[in-house]
Amino acid sequence: MAYILNTADDQKAMLAKIGIHSLEELWESIPAELRLNRALNIPTAMSEIELTQHFSKLANRNRAAGEAVCFLGGGAYDHFIPSVVDAISGRSEFYTAYTPYQAEASQGTLQAVFEFQTLMAELSGMDVSNASMYEGGSSLAEAVLMAMSIAERRGEILIAESVHPEYLATLKTYLANLHCDVRVLPTPGGFLDPELLKKEINSNCIAVAIQSPNFFGHLEEVEAIAEIARQNKVISIQSFDPISLGILKRPGDYGVDIAVAEGQSLGTPLGYGGPYLGILTCRQEYVRKIPGRLVGQTTDRNGNRCWVLTLQTREQHIRRDKATSNICTNQGLYALRAAVYLSALGPKGLKETAELCLRKAHYAASQLTGISGVEMKFNRPFFKEFTVKVPGDVKSLLSTLQDDGYFAGLQTGRWYPELSDCLTVAVTEKRTRAEIDGLAGLLKSTLSANPSGKKQKA
Amino acid sequence: MDLNTLHYAKSHEWAHVEGDICTVGITQHAVDLLTDIIHLELPKVGAAVKAETRFGEVESVKSVNELIAPLSGTVIEVNDKAAKDTSLVNSDPYGAGWLIKIKLAPDAAKSHLMDLKKYEDYCAHEGH
Repeated sequence: MAYILNTADDQKAMLAKIGIHSLEELWESIPAELRLNRALNIPTAMSEIELTQHFSKLANRNRAAGEAVCFLGGGAYDHFIPSVVDAISGRSEFYTAYTPYQAEASQGTLQAVFEFQTLMAELSGMDVSNASMYEGGSSLAEAVLMAMSIAERRGEILIAESVHPEYLATLKTYLANLHCDVRVLPTPGGFLDPELLKKEINSNCIAVAIQSPNFFGHLEEVEAIAEIARQNKVISIQSFDPISLGILKRPGDYGVDIAVAEGQSLGTPLGYGGPYLGILTCRQEYVRKIPGRLVGQTTDRNGNRCWVLTLQTREQHIRRDKATSNICTNQGLYALRAAVYLSALGPKGLKETAELCLRKAHYAASQLTGISGVEMKFNRPFFKEFTVKVPGDVKSLLSTLQDDGYFAGLQTGRWYPELSDCLTVAVTEKRTRAEIDGLAGLLKSTLSANPSGKKQKA
Repeated sequence: MDLNTLHYAKSHEWAHVEGDICTVGITQHAVDLLTDIIHLELPKVGAAVKAETRFGEVESVKSVNELIAPLSGTVIEVNDKAAKDTSLVNSDPYGAGWLIKIKLAPDAAKSHLMDLKKYEDYCAHEGH
């Protein structure tokens, strides 16, 4: 490892170079009352050996999804990743390329991005996909910025409470200083009631945003919502689950204007906080408002097929402070993984994966709700994730099940205090019948041994 | 269009004034600098424009530039054909590629604009 030293002599030489004698002199322009005037409250320096041991110790406190039976979801899922994804995306030609600023010299990267865009457009049923974004939350926020740009005005954004709460937080952060209000529409039944939207939508609205399947795992009335939005000249935005589109209708088929997604399901391993993959697709008429860059296919002067960066003038390196988006670094490697994943599965494989998720999730729901005191929280169709009400203290219950090797689900009350007695369970194609039965058996025995959810000490 | 009858701005827009109506476009020099123009963002009819301030945007393959109004007034016509087919601006910036027509404000003053001779001198020296 290379260290950049900053010894007393180095500091002296640097200060001499700029013609001053002390660090105090360097900081003179900062008013005294704004200075900290004490040392930073951080531990003393460690040797390399000590530091390695320290971080190993911290890292060992984590338990990875692979070390337990994982029923965790909420936007990040334990899907199977075929080995071809690592094999291709790990090739140095792809792995070391950062971003095609020397665009036309990076034909391989451009072709991969073009394939990604094509796959995303086909998957979502939309006309256009950009060349990827940070993750699902920023994709949703950027879709709202697009809607504001299309409407050429500020106003109000309506968003269903059933959208991922962290996406909502991201959106609020993006809009904090843009004079555009965010109004959250309640979803007491586990979905946005189109009748409520009809009542709440008005001429001040710019966009309506939903997620389907939503944070509770349930399907929204996407078609009705898109139609209400269209009738009111409001942009409709849907955040979707890419795997679900193996069997569900596509956002484009529902009449949605902008469709976004978290692309982690498509070949990106679970990681604490990412990096993940943002997907953003839209109708052709909004292509000039799409953030980030696109890759187009064309022919060179010899008639050979080739790829070029198009519509890149919206970005900071050309448009400077007037750029329509803060996106300049996409998640190229994860976009590549998604393209390889979908190419490897093909339409048939994606459908099979989605069907396995659907069937296993429904089997799990039937097994769990067969336990006394456990019931579905919402009576709504769901895909691979669902929310159940459980007796006792959910946090203690999850901790107990974790001790027995099961990540049984998300504590829904962490984001929705009124659902503090709920658990959101995700079931991917990787979960076996034995694992699902194991969870149900363990939950049953834990609850019957102690209805408070706490395991009895032997 | 007789180029001698036009007024020119330092930001490379031309203005053709007839009575209180002014037609605005960008000069051949601007087109040559921008290369392929691929998108225009023009104001709507009824919009007020102010001399020496932005009224739209011109985007070429490699750059984006603001369109600056040569004179103040109200937009009465927008060249939708050019907005839809930007090759008109590339091929005929003084004719079919005009951008907007303005009904001039009563106090619109042309003193900051150049005639053809001055504009050509300006372009010749701009890059030096």
